[in-house]
Amino acid sequence: MRITRRAEFSASHFCRRADWSDEQNRAVYGEAANPLGHGHNWVVEVTLEGEPDPVTGMVFDLKALKEILHQEIVEAMDHRFLNYEVPPFDRVAPTAENVAREIWRRLEPRVRGPQRRLCAVRVYETEDYFVDCEEAPA
Amino acid sequence: MTVTRRYRFSASHRLHSPALSEEANRAVYGKCNNPLGHGHDYVLEVSVCGPVDEVTGRVVDPARLDRLVRERVLAALDHRNLNAETTEFAAAPPTSENLLRLVWRRLQDGWSEAFPPDRRLRRVRLRETRRNIFEIMEEEQE
Repeated sequence: MRITRRAEFSASHFCRRADWSDEQNRAVYGEAANPLGHGHNWVVEVTLEGEPDPVTGMVFDLKALKEILHQEIVEAMDHRFLNYEVPPFDRVAPTAENVAREIWRRLEPRVRGPQRRLCAVRVYETEDYFVDCEEAPA
Repeated sequence: MTVTRRYRFSASHRLHSPALSEEANRAVYGKCNNPLGHGHDYVLEVSVCGPVDEVTGRVVDPARLDRLVRERVLAALDHRNLNAETTEFAAAPPTSENLLRLVWRRLQDGWSEAFPPDRRLRRVRLRETRRNIFEIMEEEQE
């Protein structure tokens, strides 16, 4: 069985590589390359897969999951400038793909258990653009 | 990793099969068989899967996906009468199932020009109304 909990944060970012010219960054990332940044209301859906515990009837305690998402995502990223304030985005571009992989890395050790695993991290950069990370990033 | 982009188009249609009698069409399609047609604000989700390019941090260039969808799909469907203006629907009824197949075929036709082989069209999802949603996956195309 899979269970999903949603978290939201608002944060600014830009996508550009320091080793590229302004023209190169514009060509690859378009408007997202603006070095002054822009923001989104990011939405994260975290899905765990496992068997419900025979005593509690739960795959994972949703109160605990809420707190983990709050600590690892909201406290770390909400109302922040990702490139300047949230590592590793000082080094890698905070694309939706990289945000999803970073969230996976942060959450996986905190939710894994003998009867359950992290199954998917979906990150909506906008309502019309989202990515699904369904395996551990390299 | 899978990247999904959502698009919108508005189009009119009438569900009517030339293989059925007038009476059978009314029985099968109900209100959707209204001779003058009706329309929807369709929502289309296109999903691409592949590895994250470690240089750009992205699976695909969304602008390139937008261009493909716009040129191959939206230009032909948005603000159109599907029965009258889409060759595929001269004979087949423009149900969302058939529309989904059309979208898949048209995207697939332009795919290899737009993307390298390890970026694959993974899923197309079409919302005809808030209550009617249709989906087709890569593995159904074999």
